[in-house]
Amino acid sequence: MAAAASMMPIFGHQISSKNDLVPDWSREEVSTGTTIMAVEYDGGVVIGADSRTTTGAYIANRVTDKLTRIHDRIYCCRSGSAADTQAIAEVVSYQLGFHSVELDEPPLVETAANLFRASCYRYREELMAGILVAGWDRRKGGQVYCVPIGGMLVRQPVAVGGSGSTYVYGFMDSNYKPGLNKDQCLELTASALSLAMERDGSSGGVIRLASISEDGVERRVILGDQLPRFSTH
Amino acid sequence: MALSTVLETPGAGFNFENATRNAALEALFEGGQTPKPLKTGTTIAGVVFKDGVVLGADTRATSSEVVADKMCEKIHFISPNMYCCGAGTAADTEKTTELLSSNLSIFSLNSGRNPRVVMAVNILQDMLYRYHGQIGANLLLGGVDCTGNHLYTVGPYGDVDKVPYLAMGSGDLAALGILEDGFKHNLELEEAKELVRSSIHAGIMSDLGSGNNIDVCVITKQGVDYIRPYQESEYKDDRKMNYKYRPGTTKVLTEKVVPLKLEVVQETVQKMETA
Repeated sequence: MAAAASMMPIFGHQISSKNDLVPDWSREEVSTGTTIMAVEYDGGVVIGADSRTTTGAYIANRVTDKLTRIHDRIYCCRSGSAADTQAIAEVVSYQLGFHSVELDEPPLVETAANLFRASCYRYREELMAGILVAGWDRRKGGQVYCVPIGGMLVRQPVAVGGSGSTYVYGFMDSNYKPGLNKDQCLELTASALSLAMERDGSSGGVIRLASISEDGVERRVILGDQLPRFSTH
Repeated sequence: MALSTVLETPGAGFNFENATRNAALEALFEGGQTPKPLKTGTTIAGVVFKDGVVLGADTRATSSEVVADKMCEKIHFISPNMYCCGAGTAADTEKTTELLSSNLSIFSLNSGRNPRVVMAVNILQDMLYRYHGQIGANLLLGGVDCTGNHLYTVGPYGDVDKVPYLAMGSGDLAALGILEDGFKHNLELEEAKELVRSSIHAGIMSDLGSGNNIDVCVITKQGVDYIRPYQESEYKDDRKMNYKYRPGTTKVLTEKVVPLKLEVVQETVQKMETA
């Protein structure tokens, strides 16, 4: 957040830091320090996220829903600043909805991803947002697009994001193979998220999963005590 | 048929009209000791129960280490079916909620509809995001509308969370402990009030910035019960508030009478029409 602090106007005096009555974490911006993941399979996508939102060391919301609906068959996974990603998602949701009404046709996932990229790239200095766009459309089936901080856009068969993603790159690289079915993808996502949540302090809570296909969106939650366990010590 | 709302769509960008004034103010005080903004080091809490929402708050407003207001009102009126608890900079929470309230009443009059909680939340989020954290308002908005009972939290940077219960302010850690332990879905009215009261009480006991009395506001479909104060502090001082002194308290040492000689210079009579 150092970058954001240096951009604030100097006369915009924030809450006094000398005041003992103001705890550290109430001055920090709320961040979805997070683990998010999205996997393509033949016929759709599986997306997953943890549920922790932090302000510094305080967990502001332990049951956050980071899987945000953009359109009927297009969702996004949010990581980074909670305020920024909520704002971007609302803007893109509106733009895509309008576009879809104009075309009188369900929108393409690639279009949604490009709308995200347009906002994230143009305002890259002001925003802190890492987003995975995933969904199903008739043209190309299940697709996952990665729009990290800075505003790049790239399509990947499987993508992870957020602060916890660094801990599961190895797991993902070794366990993902093309041609998995929906249930295998759900299991892979749940396991990866569980491993990341175990190691990353900014990720935790419950695992929220969703699978998107032509038939619709199926959402489920894996509660804390039902998380896949790997630890033997 | 276009539904025109007099909701003022704000002009693009930030409004920093007070920037020059603030700069001049800073120059006025040598050494940069500008007057500190009044902060409500606070405990506020809200709980969604079976028939509605219960909001609670302490009543202490502090200016650094001095208690500026012992009976501060932190539960702000938004609309007949919505109230908002505010933590953070007192002026910011006060004015933001007032602005929201007037915009919603204009909308209500124009459209003939009761405002929904989600609309209020969207307006707040919009405004706070635009100001990128410069408005130090941590708000807990609760209300009942045709879609149900809702409690939302909005942060100063414009992030929104929909929650069944939450506490905010400097005393929130203590209050949240009580809430986490005692909350269940579909509580009864008396249970919910007691839960909120004990959570604010925990905040008051464990946080220096919170204190004095506890206000509770119950919002249901039938109406609003704003109980202020719900519980008074045990540590109230007994001030007479009466400063009349009996004649003779101050001793008269000398008395000198000087008559003023006045001369009538001009006399005018103006008739009044008292029909």
